[in-house]
Amino acid sequence: MSTVLARQNRLKIVSLLSPAYIWLTVAIFLPLSAMLYFSFLSDVPFGDAEWHYTSENYQAFFQTSTYATLLWKSIKLGLTVTVISVLVGFPCAYVLAKAIKGKSREALFLLVILPFWSNSLVRIFCWAIVLRGNGVLELGLNAILPFEVDVNLMFSTPAIVIGLVHSYLPYVILTSYLALQAIDDNLIDAARSMGANKLTILWRVILPLSLPGLLAGAVLIFVPVVGSFMEPRILGGRVGTYFGTVIEDQFVAVFNWPLGAALSFILLAVVLVILATASPALRRAQT
Amino acid sequence: MNKRILLATTVALTTTGAAVLADEIRVLNWQGYGTDEDWAISAFTEATGHTVVHEYFNSEQEMLTKLRTNPGAYDVVLINAAFTPQAQAEGLIGPVDSSMVANFSDVPENLAANPDLNAGGALHGMPWTWGLTSFAVNTNEFNEMPTSIEVFWDTAHEGKVSIRDDALEAVQFAAIATGQDINDILDLDAIEAKLAELMPQIKTYWGSENDWNQFMAAGDLDVATFWSGSASRSMASGLPVQFIVPDEGAIGWLDGLSIPTSSTKKEAAHAFINWMIDPEFYVKWAESGAPASANAKAAAALPDDAFNKRVLGDPAVVARVQFQRPVSDENRERYLELWQGLKAAQ
Repeated sequence: MSTVLARQNRLKIVSLLSPAYIWLTVAIFLPLSAMLYFSFLSDVPFGDAEWHYTSENYQAFFQTSTYATLLWKSIKLGLTVTVISVLVGFPCAYVLAKAIKGKSREALFLLVILPFWSNSLVRIFCWAIVLRGNGVLELGLNAILPFEVDVNLMFSTPAIVIGLVHSYLPYVILTSYLALQAIDDNLIDAARSMGANKLTILWRVILPLSLPGLLAGAVLIFVPVVGSFMEPRILGGRVGTYFGTVIEDQFVAVFNWPLGAALSFILLAVVLVILATASPALRRAQT
Repeated sequence: MNKRILLATTVALTTTGAAVLADEIRVLNWQGYGTDEDWAISAFTEATGHTVVHEYFNSEQEMLTKLRTNPGAYDVVLINAAFTPQAQAEGLIGPVDSSMVANFSDVPENLAANPDLNAGGALHGMPWTWGLTSFAVNTNEFNEMPTSIEVFWDTAHEGKVSIRDDALEAVQFAAIATGQDINDILDLDAIEAKLAELMPQIKTYWGSENDWNQFMAAGDLDVATFWSGSASRSMASGLPVQFIVPDEGAIGWLDGLSIPTSSTKKEAAHAFINWMIDPEFYVKWAESGAPASANAKAAAALPDDAFNKRVLGDPAVVARVQFQRPVSDENRERYLELWQGLKAAQ
């Protein structure tokens, strides 16, 4: 009797879990292993091109300082964008979760998610129109201000940061919002009744309790920004060369897929190392 | 009466003759690059009875792969002269019999004798079209058109300059600026130094013709490298730009039509190539924007105000052009490394 039950349970577990695992295999595991395989080849094995196994693609990373410089530049960009997104997004989430109630909250929430519904490439081209000299921003400011200003942010690092922050801000707002909403208002009232001022409440009650959400949002932003290539290319111009754009070049312009794949895996490894190093600190923060 | 019968028989004979000889030839080319113009193909079919089917490639590597993997599938293939020697060395293409191409006599000697198209000691690619990579300026920003490539390094245009994001093109551009042979670069350090000096001048890199037009229209650029065919289209669409071939020279490319060794319809293939370098075809094609023709008669038949005649038809300009030769994989990698290093330092 019990073995039958166990078997039935196992069947249930397998049938319930299999869609998720099949999806993981097809969408993540297979493409990643194909790329891992490519990264150890000397040439793309299409047609009857000759190729052999090699680790040269990984050695290439260390042979010039170019790749390391760009990787460091990309990591700095990731940190900048994450910090700005958190500084802007957390207060937004707090206001949404605690200060605003009812219909207006729904409306504001919609505004936060709205950019997600448009194509990211379209969003970046819109920023290009806004930021360029004699663009929407400059014309708008000059129409309002009594003095002339000259705003030409296009093709600069600030332009890249603005575009990326706008693209990824909703992540940190959403994750922080969920964490903040779960905080019982009574806790805040209790702290206040015991004489804590607003800053102390934020620092000792709200921030620790919402930290898991905040950190999840930060990781969700940092990882894709380090590998971003489209935003830097369009908004950055001359200064828009990053590790991600070099990987893109290998695939699109030079047709050196093996090197592109190797660089991608180096990026993946570096990001994992960063997250692993940070994880003790993150875990301590959560408890 | 007799005469009429004779005429009728001749007509009948020629029609059946054409029908018997009619072949279907398969052409491998970039999409939308002349040979697949509907009006030209239907006129060709009407005149010769041969029908034409097209297949396309998106890069030179893909074209070579297709030739290697599908022997017998193609009868005419477009190959850039820088790749003709490789295709010839691999035995993919055979010689073109110039006696079967009547219009060959109108191809000027400098193109007909191009060393790459004559790889292996015989004509392996019929010179078809050519063009330049040089630069264009925004005419609103210049009272007097520049005549030197040094305008890129002129600090008056700092932050208003652009070149294409392409290692080979950037290196060859700097080779011209440093007075070197683009096909035999001896002083790569000088090129690196020259490009490093250019970097602060650059606003952004451009990637496509469309990018270029947008940056120019927005007034972001004063001067940028450009392709002659694209420049003629931009000027025709009303952008205030002027294509310049500086005193230092310009990069030239040459496309040829070749016949794969494995083709079984060589006669029809030669007829098609002859059709494609005919002045009548070219003049009509040029109306919608075409590169320069390798046929001197075709080039001369253009209206006098046509871009390809006005700019590229000038013998003094042609004399300054350095045509691209094949680039070894080793050099390609060196150029890429140099270009990536410069970009990363920004």
